[in-house]
Amino acid sequence: MTSATLRHTVWILRGNPVTAVAAAGAFILCVLAVIGPWIVPFDPIASDVANALKPPSATYWAGTDQLGRDVFSRLIVAARLDLAIAASAVSLSFVLGAVVGALCGYTGGRLDRYVGRFVDVLMAFPLFVLAMAMVAALGNRVENIVIATAIINLPFYIRFARAEVNVRRNAGWVEAARACGDSHVSVVLRFLLPNVLPAMAVQVSLNLGWAILNAAGLSFIGLGVSAPTPEWGIMVAEGARFISTGKWWLVAFPGLALMLTVLCFNLLGDGLRDILDPRMRT
Amino acid sequence: MTMAEGEPLLAIEDLHVTFSTRRGLVEAVRGVSFSVAAGETLGVVGESGSGKSVTAFAVTRLLDASGRISGGRIRFGGEDITKASSKQLQRLHGAAISMIFQNPRGALNPIRTVGQQIADAIMAHEPISAGEGRARALDLLKAVLIRDPDKRLDAYPHELSGGMCQRVMIAMAIACAPKLLIADEPTTGLDVTTQKTVMDLLARITAERGMAMILITHDLGLASRYCQRVCVMEQGQVVEEAQPLSLFSAPQHAYTRRLVAASPTATSTIADLAPDAGDGASRHCERSEAIQGTSSEPVWIASSAAPPRNDEERRAKPMPGTPLLLEVQNLVKRYDRGVVAVNDVSFSIKAGESLGLVGESGCGKSTISRLVCRLIDASEGEILFDGQAIGTLPARDFHRSPLRKDIQIVFQDPTDSLNPRFNAFDCIAHPLRRLLSMKDGAALTARVSECAERAGLPSELLERFPHQLSGGQKARVGIARAIACRPRLLILDEPTAALDVSVQAVILQLLDRLRREDDLALLFVSHDLNVVRMMCERTVVMQNGAIVEQGESLALFAAPQTDYARTLLEAVLHLGGPTAR
Amino acid sequence: MSHLSTTAKRAGWRFASSLPALFGVLVFTFLLMRVLPGDPAVFFASGPSAGKEEIEMIRKQMGLDKPVPEQLLRYLGDIGSGNLGRSLTTGQPVLADLKSRLPASLELTFTALLIALLTAIPLGVAAALRQGSGIDHLVRFICALGVCVPTFVSGLLLIYAFYYLLGIAPDPTGRVDIFTSPPPLVTGFLLIDFAVAGDWEGWGAAASQLVLPAFTMALFVVAPLARITRAAMLASLGSDFVRTARSLGLPPAKVVVTYALRNALLPVLTIAGIVFSTMLGANVLVEKVFSWPGVASYALDALLASDYAPVQGFVLLMASIFVVVNLTVDVLYGIADPRVSVE
Repeated sequence: MTSATLRHTVWILRGNPVTAVAAAGAFILCVLAVIGPWIVPFDPIASDVANALKPPSATYWAGTDQLGRDVFSRLIVAARLDLAIAASAVSLSFVLGAVVGALCGYTGGRLDRYVGRFVDVLMAFPLFVLAMAMVAALGNRVENIVIATAIINLPFYIRFARAEVNVRRNAGWVEAARACGDSHVSVVLRFLLPNVLPAMAVQVSLNLGWAILNAAGLSFIGLGVSAPTPEWGIMVAEGARFISTGKWWLVAFPGLALMLTVLCFNLLGDGLRDILDPRMRT
Repeated sequence: MTMAEGEPLLAIEDLHVTFSTRRGLVEAVRGVSFSVAAGETLGVVGESGSGKSVTAFAVTRLLDASGRISGGRIRFGGEDITKASSKQLQRLHGAAISMIFQNPRGALNPIRTVGQQIADAIMAHEPISAGEGRARALDLLKAVLIRDPDKRLDAYPHELSGGMCQRVMIAMAIACAPKLLIADEPTTGLDVTTQKTVMDLLARITAERGMAMILITHDLGLASRYCQRVCVMEQGQVVEEAQPLSLFSAPQHAYTRRLVAASPTATSTIADLAPDAGDGASRHCERSEAIQGTSSEPVWIASSAAPPRNDEERRAKPMPGTPLLLEVQNLVKRYDRGVVAVNDVSFSIKAGESLGLVGESGCGKSTISRLVCRLIDASEGEILFDGQAIGTLPARDFHRSPLRKDIQIVFQDPTDSLNPRFNAFDCIAHPLRRLLSMKDGAALTARVSECAERAGLPSELLERFPHQLSGGQKARVGIARAIACRPRLLILDEPTAALDVSVQAVILQLLDRLRREDDLALLFVSHDLNVVRMMCERTVVMQNGAIVEQGESLALFAAPQTDYARTLLEAVLHLGGPTAR
Repeated sequence: MSHLSTTAKRAGWRFASSLPALFGVLVFTFLLMRVLPGDPAVFFASGPSAGKEEIEMIRKQMGLDKPVPEQLLRYLGDIGSGNLGRSLTTGQPVLADLKSRLPASLELTFTALLIALLTAIPLGVAAALRQGSGIDHLVRFICALGVCVPTFVSGLLLIYAFYYLLGIAPDPTGRVDIFTSPPPLVTGFLLIDFAVAGDWEGWGAAASQLVLPAFTMALFVVAPLARITRAAMLASLGSDFVRTARSLGLPPAKVVVTYALRNALLPVLTIAGIVFSTMLGANVLVEKVFSWPGVASYALDALLASDYAPVQGFVLLMASIFVVVNLTVDVLYGIADPRVSVE
C-alpha cells in the first residue's frame, strides 16, 4: 500500500513536472528554514555601515540594506520564522476547523445552519482588519500573529470540512457502514474524515500561502515581529523607505522570496489533489 | 434545399466518431449507417456506451470539443452535414433539425423565462418582433398541452416540473417546423406516467406535422411502442435493423437476442431474462461494460449454478403458517416543516417471502426502506422484527442491537454505496469485522471469498478499488457485503435502477438465487413494475407516502383494484410492435 | 411582483443574519478597549502625564467602575449615538476624522474594483472561449502569479518602475500634489469634486495620483476574479442549456452573451462581494505604501501610537461597510437570479 502510494506519487510527479518543481521548491524551503542560520555567508543581524545600501554584487548576492547587513543572508534566515508562523497558524485552524466542520456537516440540523450562516458572514468580513485588531488587542507579539492568522483562517476550514462532510453524509456507503454496525461517531472518524482529509490537505497547502502573505502583511505594517529580526514583511517595510531613491533590491528580493514561497505551496496544493485522489490511480 | 426523388431525409453512411481522451484516441462510433425517411420514426436502441447518443450529436454536429467525426458522411436533404460550415449549421439547427435532450430541466436556461426562451428559438430563424415572438411562444405552449399556458409563459424552469420542462423543450424544438427531430432519451428520469404522456405528445406532434423523428433510447419497450423501425447499436456499430415486431419476435443478431431476452415483458420470468446465464451472456455483458468502464483489462465472470427453470418452484410461496418476520404497523415519518414522507403505512413480510414496494419518485418508498433498516427513526408506528419491537431502540444505537446483522440493505447506486477508500475485500469484510467481530486471518479471508463467489465476483477483483470496477461488479460487491452476515431480511432499494438491462438481468437472477439458497426475506423497492412482478410474491403500491393497494403480485398485476395502480400499470411499456399509435 | 418581494425578503433575512456577526464585532471592539495593555482611562486622559485625579475622574466618567455588562450597555449606547471617542493623535472626535477620510479610501477601493472587474471579466471570458489557447494559458499564468504577489510588494515595485525609472508617475504621496489646490468639498471623492468644479487640470492631477495605488489594489484581486469568471464561463459554456441554444440555431453572440455569460456572472457577483471586503483589508497596506490619507492609514497610525479609539472606530466602520456590501450583493443577486426564492 505504501509502496504503491510512493510509486503512484512518482508516476504523478513524472507526468506533472510543475508539481514536481513545486514539491522540490517546498522541500528546499523547509530545509533552508531548518539549516538556514548555519549556511548563510554573513551574520544577518550584524551591521556594517561602511557597506550600507550596496547593490547586488558577487559578494552581496542580494545587496545590503541601510545598516550594511547582507540581504541574502537575512532572506534565508527569515524563512524559518515566516514558515513557522504560517505553519503553526494553519495547523491550529486545520485541527479546529476539521472537527467543528465535520461535526456540523454530519449532524446537520439547526446547529449546522447557525454555524454555517455565521461562518459565511464571517468569511465576507474584511479579515485582515480583524487580524489587525486582534493583534492590537492581544498585544504586539509573534504568538498573537499566529493566533490572529489562525482565527481568520478558521472559517475557511469549518466551511470546507462542513461542505465536504455534508455532501457525503447521505452517500450510500455511509448508510451502508451504519447498516454494517458502525455508530455515528465511528462513521465520522473511520469513514468520513479519511475521505475528506485529502481535499483538506489540498486546502492546507493553498492556505499556507495565504497565511504567509497575511503574516507578512501584518509585520509589514509594523505588527508582530519587530526589527532587527529578519522577516520578509519587515524587510520590505524597511526597504520601502528607499524605493523612491531607486534601491530596488531591498524590496524586490524579500518580495520575490514571498512570491516564490506562496507560489510553491499553491502549485503543490494543486498537485497534491491529484496524488491523493485514488481515482487518478491506475 | 433540393431533394432527389425517393432519397431519404437523412442518410448516414459509414460514420466514424473519435474522441481524444487521456488514454489516447477512442473510437465511439465505428462505421454506422442508417437512414430516415421523411415523416418516419426511427428508434436507435442500445445500452450505455453503445454510441447511440454520440451518433445523434454527430448528426447535429454538437459533439464535445474532444470528439470529432473521423469518417463517413451524413447527408441531410442531399447535403453532406459533415462538410457544413458553422454558418450553414446554425441555419440548419432548429429550422431543419432540432434536438430534445435528457434531463429537460438542465436543458433550459435557468435565468430566462420559458416564453423568452421559446421566442429566442423562433427569432433565431425568423425576423419577428418580440411581441410576435411572445404570441407565437404562447401558441406553442398550447400545442404542447401545458396547463395554464398564459401563466407558464413568464415562469422560470425551476418553477415547472420535469415533465413540463420537457414539454417546453419540445415546444422550442418544433418552433421553426424542422423536418427532423432527434430525441435523445427524452423520458429518462421522468416518472412512468409522465413518460407516457410525454411520448404520446411527441408521437402525436410528429405525426400531425409530418416530422421525422429519431428516438434514442435504452428502453426496448419504448422503441417498440413508438417507432416504425429500430436500429440496435452495440459498441459503436449497428448490429441489427428491423421493424419492431420482427426484431422482438425473431431477433437475428446474438446481442439483440440477449437484449430482447433481458428486457422484462408482461409475462417473462426471472429465468427468461438471460436464458443462457452462467456462460456467454453475463460474461459478455460484463466484459463489454468493463471495456468502457475504468478497468484496464477484460474481466471474465462466470456465475455459478444456473437458476432452475421450474416455474412452480420459483413461485413457491412460504408455507402457510410461516411466522411473520417483519411487521410494520402504522408507520409515520415526518420531516421538518411538516413534510410527511410516510403516512400511516402497515405491511408485513413472512420469513423467506419477497415483498415488492412500488411507486413513483417521492412516494416515500426509499424512506420506508431506511426506516425498516433502522437507519432513521420513525415519527410514529411500530416495526416488529421476529416479534420484537425494534423501533424502541433509536436508530442512533441500533448498531449495537443483536438484530443489526439480520437486517441488511443493498443500495440503488452501486458507485455511491461503496467507500471509495476501501477495496472490494474491505467492503465485504467490513460487516464481518464489525458485526461478527471477526479478526483478520484465514477465516475472514475465506468468508469474504465465499461471499464474493456467491455474488459472482471473481476473487482476483477483491483487491480493486470501486473506481476500478464496472457498474455490475460494484453491484455485486454491494450484494456480497449485504449477505456477508447471513441476514434474514434483505432490503433492496432500487438495486438495478442504475444498471443496463443486460446487467440488470443477471443481477436479478443472482438476487433470486441467493434468496432461495438462504431462505432470505426480501423487501424489494423499485419503480419498475415488471421487475417487481417477477421478483416478488406480494406487492405494495404507494403514492404520496401512503399505501394505495397491496396484494398478491399475480392478482394485482392482472387486475389492479385502484385507479392509481391501473394508471401505473398502463404506463408500463412492454415489448411488441407499435400498439398505441 | 412576487419575485421582488422574495428578493426583499431574502435580503432582509440575510441582513438579519449578518446582525449577529455585527454584534460580535461590537462586543469584540468593546473587549478590545478593555483588555488593552494598561488602563483605558490612562489612554483616554490627556496623556501619560495626566494626574491621578484626572484619571480617576475619567474612570468615573467612562463608567469603568461599573460592572462589565453595564459598561457594555453604555458602550453600545455610545456607539448608537455616534460617540466613538476622541483620537489622541489628532485630538479630533474619531467620528469626524473617519468622516473626512472615508471618501479617500472609498474612491481608491471603488476605482480599483472597477479596474479589476473591467480587466478580469474580459480576460476570464476570453480564456474560457478559447480554452487551451495562448490567451487561456496567459490568464491562468496571471491567476497563479497574481495571488502570490503581496500588495505591498507590487505597490512598491510599481513606484520603482513608474516613478523612479520611467518618471511618468507623480510622487507617490497623498491624493493630490502640493501645487494643486483641492476642489470645493461636495462628495469628498476628488475625481467627482474636480469634475463638478470644472477644474480638469486638478482632475488630471488627482487621477494621476490615484492610478498607481488603484492598480496595485486591482492587481491583487484580478486573479481571483478572472479565475472565477473563467471557471463559471467554462461551466456555463459546457452546460446543457447552452447546448440547447446551439441546437436551436441561436446566433453565436446570443449564445455567448445571453445564455452563457449572464449565467456565469452569478458566481462572479458573489466573489465580487468577498473581493470587495478583501480590498477593504488590503487598503491598510496600500494606503501605507502610498501615504494615502484614508481611514485605514489613519487607524494604522493610531494603532502604532497605542491610540485605540480610532482603531475601534475603524473596525466598526469596516463592519458597517461590510453589512452594506453584503446587502447590495444580495439584492443584485436576487434581481439577477430568479431561483433565489427556492432557498
